Amino acid sequence: MSRLGLVIDIDACVGCHACATACKEWNGASLMAGGAPDYDPQGATPSGVWFNRVRHYEAGEYPESRTLNVPMSCMHCETADCVTVCPTGASYKRAEDGIVLIDAEKCMGCNYCAWACPYGARELDETSGTMRKCTLCVDRIYDTALPEAERQPACVLACPAHARHFGDFDDPSSKVSTMVREREGAPLFENLGYRPTNRYLPPRVAPEVPPPVEAPPRGTLQRRLASMVNRLIRL
Amino acid sequence: MKPALSLVAFTVASGAGLGLAAWILAWQLAERIDGSVRAFWVGVAIVTVLVSAGLVASTRHLANPRNAWRALSRVRSSWLSREAALALAFYPLAAAHLVFSVGGDPRARVTAVLAIVVALATVACTAMIYACLRTVPRWRTWHTPVGFVSYALASGGLLWAAILAGDDRAAPSATLLLAPVVAAALVKLLWDAKFSARVHATLNEALAVPETAPKGVVQGRVRLLDAGHVNPTFVTNEFGFRLARERASALRLAMFALTLGVPVALALLAPGAEGRWVAAVALLAGVAVERWLFFARAEHVVRLYDGQPTV
Repeated sequence: MSRLGLVIDIDACVGCHACATACKEWNGASLMAGGAPDYDPQGATPSGVWFNRVRHYEAGEYPESRTLNVPMSCMHCETADCVTVCPTGASYKRAEDGIVLIDAEKCMGCNYCAWACPYGARELDETSGTMRKCTLCVDRIYDTALPEAERQPACVLACPAHARHFGDFDDPSSKVSTMVREREGAPLFENLGYRPTNRYLPPRVAPEVPPPVEAPPRGTLQRRLASMVNRLIRL
Repeated sequence: MKPALSLVAFTVASGAGLGLAAWILAWQLAERIDGSVRAFWVGVAIVTVLVSAGLVASTRHLANPRNAWRALSRVRSSWLSREAALALAFYPLAAAHLVFSVGGDPRARVTAVLAIVVALATVACTAMIYACLRTVPRWRTWHTPVGFVSYALASGGLLWAAILAGDDRAAPSATLLLAPVVAAALVKLLWDAKFSARVHATLNEALAVPETAPKGVVQGRVRLLDAGHVNPTFVTNEFGFRLARERASALRLAMFALTLGVPVALALLAPGAEGRWVAAVALLAGVAVERWLFFARAEHVVRLYDGQPTV
């Protein structure tokens, strides 16, 4: 028994969307995920199904503000309402590792699971009329044909900033459990009660920046010395 | 939420049909009508048409209706499954009841009570499909099932009054019929006024960023800089619907006029058959407007992530 999920380090994420495009690349034609089609990809209004989307926010007021890049995909919630509301049994959560999946063979495309998800993690594939979502790359992480280091979700492998980490949250000694403990990782929208598995590491406490030094008044020896040094540097 | 016309048609038609069924069965239990009267069969035909039209409309909402039959498989956890199962159970139950009624079988009283329970439970389950969602605060209240059931009883009741117009023996009292109409409108008024004044969730909560925190920790009001996509997505199409304030108040006015003003005025001024049919049709149109607003005004919490500061 395990509880697999992702840790996303908001302090490290640069918002490059590599995770989202790597996800499209791996799952675009994946049999397990059912595919993530593009609509009008070369046309005027390209759109499509994405299991992972990155949004950019600003917290606080300038100059005390900070940009937050927030990638969001399925949180593989413990109280997954998307599973309980599904009338066909197409949406399910695996007992052995907690991964939430969709059996597209059973899906009738009623969108009810997407309505029940607060994270916008589910998108309808309009070409087949069935729902799609992040599978935590279930067709990679158990594939013994891959070298062990590559048995991770595509988004984690692609991240150039090492902002994404994959592991078992039930194992207190795992990398993800340790990171969450040390960095006070938090779930998104905790008060809604879905008990999401994925954790977000908040930006680290910024070091205190000393206030800028006031320049000495014009004409003083100190000021003249300073401008002399400045001129020398510019030579 | 996107106000899908298929869902408006489904909830209004099946609600009115099942509400009408409840009235007919209650009238039968009270021995004010029986299978020998033409009005009874007119009522049965209208129930069949409305409930079936509702079910057909509901399948129009499915992107993959081939798997619709599977919707009966999760009655233990899903309100949608429960609704589908009860709606389908209503048909054989109603058919058995008709057979017993025609044959003068005493078991007709049992099937009548059962069919009333199933009809109203179906409407309640339809409402619970919406009321159970933690992601849509406007729906997650007891006003949702109360509203659905009272509008079903109101629209069914006015239809029943219109059907019975030619038969003085069985005519129901105006007070009894207008009670659900007034109750439904009152529920609506209370719910709207109380709900709209409150903030239910903020973007800061959604992103786990405290609005105030020790110095140095990222804090303060969060706002969206870039949603990460240029064109509409499934999520923005499904949950991003915005209703202009002027349009909302115009529709609310129309809704109250059609559901309350017209039926009450007609009950007082034109109690004849024509007046009753006009009142029933006006109420149905008003309930359709109410249901459209029910979807259009509901805000899903995912809108926070796409930049709406509060829901």
